Amino acid sequence: MDLSFLAIQALNGLSSASSLFITACGLTLVFGVTRIVNFAHGSLYMIGAYTAATLVPRLLELSFGPVTFWAGILASAIVVGLIGVLIEVLLLRRIYGAPELFQLLATFGVVLVVQDVTILIFGPEDILGPRAPGLRAPVEIFGRRFPSYELVLIAAGPVVLGLVWLLLRKTRFGVLVRAATQDREMIAALGVNQALLFTGTLFLGAFLAGLGGALQIPRVSAHAGMDLSIIAEAFVVTVVGGMGSVPGAFLAALVIGQLQAFGILIFPKSTLVVVFLLMAIVLAVRPYGFFGRPEVIGGAHAVGIASRERSPFATLAVIAVIGILAALPLIGDAYVLKVATEILIFALFAFSLQILIGVGGLVSFGHAAFFGLGAYGAALAVKWLAFPMETALPAGLLLAALGAALIGAFVVRLSGIYLAMMTLAAAQIVFAVAFQWVDVTGGDNGIVGVWPSTWASGPTTYYFFTLALTAAVIVLLMRIIDAPLGYALRAARDSTARAEAIGLYIRRHRWLAFTISGAAAGLAGGIYAFSRGSVDPTLLGIPTSVDALTMLLIGGIQTVTGPLVGAGVLHVLRDQIMPLTSLWRLVLGLSIIAIVLVFPRGIVGTIRNWREERT
Amino acid sequence: MSEPLLEIWNLTASYGRAQVLFGLTFQLRQGEVMALVGRNGAGKTTTLKSIMGLVPATAQKASFKGHSLSHLPTYRIARLGLGYVPEDRRIFTDLTVEENLEAGRKAAGAGRSPWTPERLFRLFPNLAEMRGRRGNQMSGGEQQMLAIARTLMGNPDAILLDEPSEGIAPVIVQMMAQAIRAMKAEGVAVLLSEQNWAFAASISDRAIVIERGEMRFEGSMAELIADERLRAETLGV
Repeated sequence: MDLSFLAIQALNGLSSASSLFITACGLTLVFGVTRIVNFAHGSLYMIGAYTAATLVPRLLELSFGPVTFWAGILASAIVVGLIGVLIEVLLLRRIYGAPELFQLLATFGVVLVVQDVTILIFGPEDILGPRAPGLRAPVEIFGRRFPSYELVLIAAGPVVLGLVWLLLRKTRFGVLVRAATQDREMIAALGVNQALLFTGTLFLGAFLAGLGGALQIPRVSAHAGMDLSIIAEAFVVTVVGGMGSVPGAFLAALVIGQLQAFGILIFPKSTLVVVFLLMAIVLAVRPYGFFGRPEVIGGAHAVGIASRERSPFATLAVIAVIGILAALPLIGDAYVLKVATEILIFALFAFSLQILIGVGGLVSFGHAAFFGLGAYGAALAVKWLAFPMETALPAGLLLAALGAALIGAFVVRLSGIYLAMMTLAAAQIVFAVAFQWVDVTGGDNGIVGVWPSTWASGPTTYYFFTLALTAAVIVLLMRIIDAPLGYALRAARDSTARAEAIGLYIRRHRWLAFTISGAAAGLAGGIYAFSRGSVDPTLLGIPTSVDALTMLLIGGIQTVTGPLVGAGVLHVLRDQIMPLTSLWRLVLGLSIIAIVLVFPRGIVGTIRNWREERT
Repeated sequence: MSEPLLEIWNLTASYGRAQVLFGLTFQLRQGEVMALVGRNGAGKTTTLKSIMGLVPATAQKASFKGHSLSHLPTYRIARLGLGYVPEDRRIFTDLTVEENLEAGRKAAGAGRSPWTPERLFRLFPNLAEMRGRRGNQMSGGEQQMLAIARTLMGNPDAILLDEPSEGIAPVIVQMMAQAIRAMKAEGVAVLLSEQNWAFAASISDRAIVIERGEMRFEGSMAELIADERLRAETLGV
């Protein structure tokens, strides 16, 4: 390993830092003003790449040259900026006052919609863009060849930083944007039309995302899936830099670019682990990142389960529901039982998340990590230790509980949007490990041959087995809501300061909640692994986390039974609709957006409200 | 007597289920200073916020310069020429003094000489010395001056001023009084919510007294000063 090699690695790190900064800068600007973490920012990046990869070659056919190339890149970014305006006017404008969970879910709805629409418009194939005219020949640096386009990228980051700085410091728009970052209401009282300011900010943010994506086309082909990989990285950059801070994002991008470039030398497979370690260290020392500030928290107050009169029929109702479910094998065939088994598993998964969100006000966006750890823990025990189901399931539960305890220890220091983004990043790390550690986890193929013990096999028996376990754990978790731990969590959710003032050690309670919730999710994951006979990395992915959140949303975040109803409804809908259309993500995305806008209380919440209004 | 600039008929406001204002009716005329006085929690701040559309409120009629204020968003109300200086000042602490003023800038109406940073620095000489300083490095009194100057940058015809004397040094309160007189001299009407009775009495032409969200008095300041019983009852002074 000589010096020239290190220099080239450093340059590589700088060029990826530039790309990352340009995209993350838009995210952090939009967050600063609107207080919304725009999940769809990665989608805008992807649209930028697809648009440029389609548009630029056509332009180059008309007139070949560097001017055309760069004009095409700029035009693509402007197109994406206009899409950002559309998203602001149609969606974001309606949810500025909503709890942050709803904001995150609604913008994730946009992610789903864009994924399907992108394939509809651009087709399922990856699109490789043209190389930049005038920058095709590599340059020689320290006797090594280095792509000249990368040098342009390295310069692009500081140029964008400088232009954004000028815009924010030297123009009236910039002054108003910075003022609005701090106090939106006051800026309105001074006669400034916030709506216009927000739309302008979204244009700028989306433009930068589009630019980030468009600049990639000579390096990587535009492909589906680039939205979620960039958004996870952009989240890390904005969190480490401090939410809303542009210089912070730049510094964080620089550090992360170098870490990735040199991390490859240490952990050839998983640079994400290094990045995560950095994030953990930075947040342990500075919980709000390099230049972030504590008061920068997003969304409205957390909503959740309130104190309620325990209905005298509650116990009877629980027994009745379990009785009805136990009678299902009398009428259902094997297929119905398989679907019912999965619904029970997801009900437990969603309910474990409700302990964090509805009870604790802790918006975890990475709950799939624990579900997946439970599933992988069980599968690994079967594969490597030849455990039977009876010991593999507890092994999975233990792994999930340990994972939750570890991740929880880091994230309980945070709240609101920081916590949501940290949990998401943590889940992405677990995902990366499962995906990249092929020797142990089987990588993309996962692990097969995870079958239940003979006594529990067969759809009917396994259904009963699942029913017994999930019902027992859900009833236990329900009791936690009204136990001292539940009271402490709810108190901390409603007012952290007051809860601390009466002597509650909030972090410990929250950490405990994380561990318990993770263990329950892990059990669900383990049962799921044995029901399917296999595990694969999708169990750990963002879409699985969002599934759980969607179940809560459908059922109602402020209710106890909502997650269970939501799990049933989502699973049945998916089962019925998915075979009919290839646009399931579009349907799901639009449904999530519609629920957030029209039905924010969910099914159970709406029914309860309606009943309360009648009496 | 000039035409009323701001007319409020039967203003009511509630926070959730708790009603705070019970039908306030008053007018603010061009170029006058009117004190809005009452005890802590009487509803003074809510009255001003209701007029600005910052809290949900209803009124039989609410108009400014003949334009109805009902259902207008806050920024449109401000653009009609109604300025607002909140109780807690709400300076943009990340912005410098000059940038704070820029954030408040709006074009002046026809035939008016607009407020400029230079003019405002003459009115508040302390601010002139700290143009480039950020809001978070200023004292409470300096922030209060900046809050008023920022609102004046919008060239308002009337200002709703919420407790400008709260928590600031007596010498600065004197400067506030001067500033209010200067605004008046420019023809700007001021609706001044105050707890500091001596300060309010010294600069106001008229006064309204509210108690638990209801009007107890509307009339000239001289009348209120003369009515010792009412003052003792409603204000404790």
